[in-house]
Amino acid sequence: MMSDFTSGFWSTYIVVFTVLAVIFCFLLLTIMGGGDKKSPDETTHVWDGDLTERNNPLPNWWRGLFVGLLVFTIGYLIYYPGLGSFPGIGNWSSVGQFEEEMKDLDAQTKPLYDRYLMMSVQQVAADSEAIGMAERLFLNNCAQCHGSDAKGSVGFPNLRSGAWSWGGTPEAIRESIAEGRTGLMTPLDGILSESATTQVIAYVRSFSGLEHDAAAAAAGQPLFVENCSACHGEYGRGVPEVGGPDLTDNVWVFGSSERAIRESVVNGRNMDLTEGTQAMPAHKELLSQGKVHLLTAYVWGLTNR
Amino acid sequence: MMATNVEFFNYKVVRQFAVMAVIWGIVGLLVGVIVALQLMWPVFNFDLPWLTYGRLRPLHTNAIIFAFGGCALFATSYYIVQRTCQTKLFAPALATFTFWGWNLVIVLAAVSLPLGWTTGKEYAELEWPIDLLIAVVWVAYAIVFFGTLAIRRTKHIYVANWFYGAFIIAIAILHIFNSFEVPATLTKSYSLYAGVQDAMVQWWYGHNAVGFFLTAAFLGMMYYFVPKQARRPIYSYRLSVVHFWALIFTYMWAGPHHLHYTALPDWAQSLGMLFSVILLAPSWGGMINGIMTLSGAWYKLRTDPILKFMVVALSFYGMSTFEGPMMSVKTINALSHYTDWTVGHTHSGALGWVGFITIGSLYYLIPRLFGQTKMWSTSLINTHFWIATIGIVLYVAALWVAGIMQGLMWRAVNDDGTLTYTFVESVKYSFPFYAIRLVGGGMYFVGMLLMFYNVIKTIGAGKPVEAEVPATTPAHA
Repeated sequence: MMSDFTSGFWSTYIVVFTVLAVIFCFLLLTIMGGGDKKSPDETTHVWDGDLTERNNPLPNWWRGLFVGLLVFTIGYLIYYPGLGSFPGIGNWSSVGQFEEEMKDLDAQTKPLYDRYLMMSVQQVAADSEAIGMAERLFLNNCAQCHGSDAKGSVGFPNLRSGAWSWGGTPEAIRESIAEGRTGLMTPLDGILSESATTQVIAYVRSFSGLEHDAAAAAAGQPLFVENCSACHGEYGRGVPEVGGPDLTDNVWVFGSSERAIRESVVNGRNMDLTEGTQAMPAHKELLSQGKVHLLTAYVWGLTNR
Repeated sequence: MMATNVEFFNYKVVRQFAVMAVIWGIVGLLVGVIVALQLMWPVFNFDLPWLTYGRLRPLHTNAIIFAFGGCALFATSYYIVQRTCQTKLFAPALATFTFWGWNLVIVLAAVSLPLGWTTGKEYAELEWPIDLLIAVVWVAYAIVFFGTLAIRRTKHIYVANWFYGAFIIAIAILHIFNSFEVPATLTKSYSLYAGVQDAMVQWWYGHNAVGFFLTAAFLGMMYYFVPKQARRPIYSYRLSVVHFWALIFTYMWAGPHHLHYTALPDWAQSLGMLFSVILLAPSWGGMINGIMTLSGAWYKLRTDPILKFMVVALSFYGMSTFEGPMMSVKTINALSHYTDWTVGHTHSGALGWVGFITIGSLYYLIPRLFGQTKMWSTSLINTHFWIATIGIVLYVAALWVAGIMQGLMWRAVNDDGTLTYTFVESVKYSFPFYAIRLVGGGMYFVGMLLMFYNVIKTIGAGKPVEAEVPATTPAHA
């Protein structure tokens, strides 16, 4: 484990100050708090006409409380880390506590996950107990973006639609979860003129029978082939290998309105983690293999029952 | 010769700050009620970016702590330091500057926070030009306060002034060191510290804002107005010495308890926890000294609602300074952290302790600044007391339940190792408690409106007065 200190000096510094601090509290209590206990009489000072002070002794229970807390502090500093780089005789650390608790939990649940890992995705999807478990995993790990009902929202794919930008086979889904997906829809601002953009949008909307200007759509067809087909395919049916969505199925990650499509075409869609929010993050470091397996089955099972 | 030497206390700046404390109190509480409403129904942000929760919440905390609390502290410290030092303010022109400067800070906060200009550091959200203005005002405040102490005509410095003095020095240090930032534009800066060090500096600042702004300074208020209102001597000089030094010393260590189970090294977490636990004793020292000052005057509680405010304030002080050390213990913090229990704890301190000791003190102070012996209506003070007390109890109890429930739901694990609840379920189950909190907070707000009415009536019935500084008599010298 990396040391918290750049040199032994700082550790000593912490130890000295901490010990002095505890001693300071003791001295305060014994020296300043002592004195003749039988003179609770008013001191002779008067302020602002009538403000005076008595000098009652410290209540014994309060003195005891203070001492008790200081004693507790000393004991704690012997057992737990606190005095600089001294780890405490209990050898406790917060990372150690975390790792131990996770180890216990993993040991407890390992047989269960091992059993499911022996089963295929299709088998797991048909096992109601496994799917119940997978659903709880989904709600705590996936629902933040894809929704509690897995129907997604603008910018976050609907997992019940049957449309799969990156493929809907168990293998493709597993890869999406474990490795994550990042993609870039190139901005065509400056490449397509405004009228050309309008024509491409009309053509794209024509795929799924949305209201469009037929003449504009016809003019958009060659523009689409030239600028869009590399990712969306010549007929707009998508290219799962590069995550290019199918534009003909009337399932829209970013919306189907003229305005939403224009935004996608002009400014592009950056699904890159450096931009923050809209990439699918990789989960292989966050979730065990067994959990990824269960989630794959759950997501696959949403449209393959 | 004697007659020509008559001096008057500087009451004008006290009056200005006292009245603004009431007004900013209403504003701060109103914003609090609005954000409580938004937690239940987000539609109350009206889809306007300036009114969203993330921008109004810091406005609420800044308005309560620095506008309401700050103005009350300026008013009472200027009043107390003059009267207990038996002299006029030192550099009264600077005192006037602090009034306009501080209120300019507040107005700038009220504009800049809804616009989304923020450093992102809790209770230190204001951007760098405002930070600079705060520093200038604060130095002026220190000059006036310590200058007045220096020219005092009394031999000894009264205990209330120790606490105000510690508060002024500590806040200067905290504000300056936590605000080291690199300006990028006029409205954006970046902290000079990075990573966990930034977090540690922030919570060293943050918890001492609680310790010195919201605790030490208000103890100063308590040490003057409780004995004045009860007409009883302070219980124990000795106790005040011990708990003062222990309190200001140990608070400085407590910040890391905000960073339990984070990237902060374990040793720092332990020290933060331990000195927070020790803090129970010095905190209770102050409570004991306040409450025991009433011995021999308990019967006055039956008829004096101002004293009721003060005693309940001390009770909430005692309760939240027990709760705080308890919550800083790692095992308990593991349950309470990030839940509404923390918010409930903060509000038992803010509404119960800070709010009530301020309200009680202002009810004592305001009539005296306007040539009256008491507020326009004592029964209205009594009504205020009961509405506000019930409001706090509803507020705090609701968030205790909500917070512990959230903590338990977040950690609940099924046999298969999956979490039993999702986060959003804990939000859903919190809804009824948010409703109770809204009612409690709303009652406290209504109480403040009653106070405002009472203050207007009191001011209307009197006129601004300047009290004569009593001549130093040989007997007191």
